[in-house]
Formats: sequence, structure tokens, C-alpha cells
Amino acid sequence: MTKAKEPTLGEELKALEDIVRRLETDGTDLDEALRLFEEGVTRLRRARERLGEAEQSVKLVLESADGTLRMQDADL
Amino acid sequence: MTLSLPFGPEPGAGGPSDEVWSVAELNAAAKAVVEDGFAPMWVRGEVTGFRVYQSGHWYFDLKDEAAKVRCTMWKFAASRCPERPVDGAEVFVFGKPAIWEEKGEFSFSVQRLLLTNRVGAQQQELERIKAALARDGLFDAARKRPLPVFPETIAVVTSPDGAALRDIVRVARQRWPAVRLLLVPTRVQGAEAAAEVVRALRLVDELACDCCIVGRGGGSKEDLAVFNDEAVCRALAKVRVPTISAVGHETDVSLADFVADVRAATPSMAAQLAVPDRAEVAATVGSLAERLSGGLSRHTRFVGERLARTADRMEAAMGEALSAHRHTLERMAAQLDALSPLRVLERGFAIPLGENGAILRGRAAFTPGRRFDLRLADGTVPARVEEDA
Repeated sequence: MTKAKEPTLGEELKALEDIVRRLETDGTDLDEALRLFEEGVTRLRRARERLGEAEQSVKLVLESADGTLRMQDADL
Repeated sequence: MTLSLPFGPEPGAGGPSDEVWSVAELNAAAKAVVEDGFAPMWVRGEVTGFRVYQSGHWYFDLKDEAAKVRCTMWKFAASRCPERPVDGAEVFVFGKPAIWEEKGEFSFSVQRLLLTNRVGAQQQELERIKAALARDGLFDAARKRPLPVFPETIAVVTSPDGAALRDIVRVARQRWPAVRLLLVPTRVQGAEAAAEVVRALRLVDELACDCCIVGRGGGSKEDLAVFNDEAVCRALAKVRVPTISAVGHETDVSLADFVADVRAATPSMAAQLAVPDRAEVAATVGSLAERLSGGLSRHTRFVGERLARTADRMEAAMGEALSAHRHTLERMAAQLDALSPLRVLERGFAIPLGENGAILRGRAAFTPGRRFDLRLADGTVPARVEEDA
């Protein structure tokens, strides 16, 4: 089984926005509200992890004679 | 009697003093005056005595009907000049006056050189390309794609040595440190540049990236010419991911700027447009977190209130039900009361009860000598059946 692609931060924030909006409307019952809250907390944690991700090095893209690409850390 | 001079003594009349200048001092002072005294300027004239030295520097004279000036063009500037002039060519040169101190020679230091007959031709070519690209819809607003809000990987097509790359890396990291930058190196000026940029742009399609910045730092009009190149513009339009052009300074506008999905005024600006600001996003996440907990407590409060309301209603309902039952009970009690045997006894009847409290019914139960209780309305009287009844 292949692992599903992790949601991007944009998707995470959009989902969070939806959850919050639903929580803020009166129609939702308590069970649903609790479920939404739990999902929201998970997404919040992941979003915060994304925000805290470390600096990435700049990669230099090089094309070999045979047309294949390779990358190396760029020395800036 | 000495001659009275109206404006003080004649300059130099006193002969050499202690303050005598050396020639070097004179030339250095003149150099300072000349080189600091002029802003760079365009000069038009005819080239004569053009020669290239081993060093790569160019030397020539520029003349018109009235005068002549010695010109030097250093290797760095000369290497960027698209076309070498010949004697008799009419040119525009851009630069500043200079003094060669050792020889006391005045000259003009040329930074850029354009053949006057080429200037018109270049403009015509630019107009032709512009019309062709417009005809093919490359400038259409409808084909502009929005930039991704949270790009994870950005391809950067520029010179690995240029200021543009440093600016892009600095600004991008400052705003969004986790972004991956893939540098696709290319020359961005000179005769080979256009073909290299085209190749680099094609390479971008083979990379897993979310958008692409293409550009270079500030430079002369010729330096930026590669971004007016037709093949470069067409290659840019074909890039699979959204593109940001970042060519030169604010005031520089190239055809590539109109073809790219987004035009950034400078490379720094391109990085700013390409990635969000972490602090801003963190603030958004913070406010979502607050709204999330607020949303839940709102629900629990709501449910709590509803529970309280329900309890109130239950109590009220119970109260009503109880009082209805009480009425029934009272009514039933009254009926029961009317039927009560006590009431019968009050009317003068008595009930004979055996030892075990059972009612003695019929004569047979009254055997001679049997003791029994006679229950009256106000109590019980012991009794006995006569022996010879």
C-alpha cells in the first residue's frame, strides 16, 4: 500500500478554516463538534510543524552530457 | 612709486613660494575635479583609430567636426558590447571623463557603446517580436496563472554568480526558510545567453517544482536584451509551472515581463511574491487555533444550556403530572372513603372476626362457646357464642 501524499500547508489551512467555520455555526451537534475539534487540533499541530521546518539548502541543477539531471548543494 | 593694482597683487607676482605643487599633485587634483565633477553621460561621435590591445581593452578616438577626445573601453565593458565598431562608424558612447595621471591625459572612459545605425534597427526588431508575441496571444491576461500560495520548491533560472540569485535566496529564506530553491544556472548576458536561458527554461519542466523565477539583476539595456529575445519569451510561455519574471531594476521592463504569469520589479520582489511570510502565516494559524477552541466551547456551552433548559422543562412537566395524579388520588380516596367498611360500622353494623382476624360468615362459624371479636366503629369487643344456642 502506498502512503497517501501528505496534505500541503495550504490544504491544511483550508481544511482548518472549514472546520472552524462549521464549529462556529449552530447546526452542528456536540458529537460532530467534538470530532471536528479533534481533527482541527491534529491539523493545527501539523500546520505548526510545517511552519517550524528548517531552512533548506539551495540545490544546483546540473545536466549531464547524456541529458540526465543531478543536483548538488549550491555553494553560495 | 609703485603701481597701485585695483584687484590686489597680480597672481603669481610674488614668485614661487613654499607651496609649490608637484606635477603628480597637479594631475591628481585635476583628476579629482574631472572625475568627480561629471555624472555619466551619452556622447555621440565618429570612431577613429580603433584598436584592441592584448589585454582586451579597446582604445579609439571619438571626433566630430569641431573636436576629438581619446576614449578607452576596459575589457569588462568591451566584452559586453554586442558589436565591435570600425573606424568611421558613428556611435553613442556612455561613460565619464577621466584623467590619466601619469601622462596628464584627458580621456573618456566608455562603459557602453552603441552603433547609431543599430539603435534604430534594434528598436524595429523589438517591435517586430512584440507584435509576433502579441499575435500569438502570449501577452493575454487570460493565460496568466495564479502563483501557488505555499510553494515547496521553486526553480530559479538565473546566473549562479549574479546579485539576483543572492537577493532571491536571501529574501525567500527570510520569509519562508523551508522553501527548496533549485538553481538552474544560465548565462544571462552576451551572445550565448538567449540559447542558454531557453535550454534552462525547458529544464524547469523536468523538475518537481511549484513555480519558477527567471531573471537577472540590473544592467545596461544590452545586458537585459536577452529577456527581449523571441525564443526566450516563447520558452517562458511554455513553462509548465507558473512563472515570475524579475529582470533588472524597477524601471526596466522587458518582453519577458509581459509573457511571465507575474512580473516582479526586482529579483528581491520576485522572492517576496513567490513565498508567503512565515510570521504572517503563523498569525493566521494562531487565530485559527483560537477560533477552533472558541468554536468548541461555544458548542459545549450551547449543549449545557440546552441541558439546563431540558431539565427545567422536565421538572415543570413532572410537577404538572404529579398534581394531576394528586387530584386523581384525592378523588379516589374520597370514593374509597365512601365505601370504607368503617363507614358501614359507623352506621351501627358490627363485624365478627375469628382468632385469625378472618370474618366469621354464616351460622356455621358460630359454634357454641366459640370466642370471637366483634369489630365496632370505635373498637373491638370480645364476645362468646352461648353454649346452648
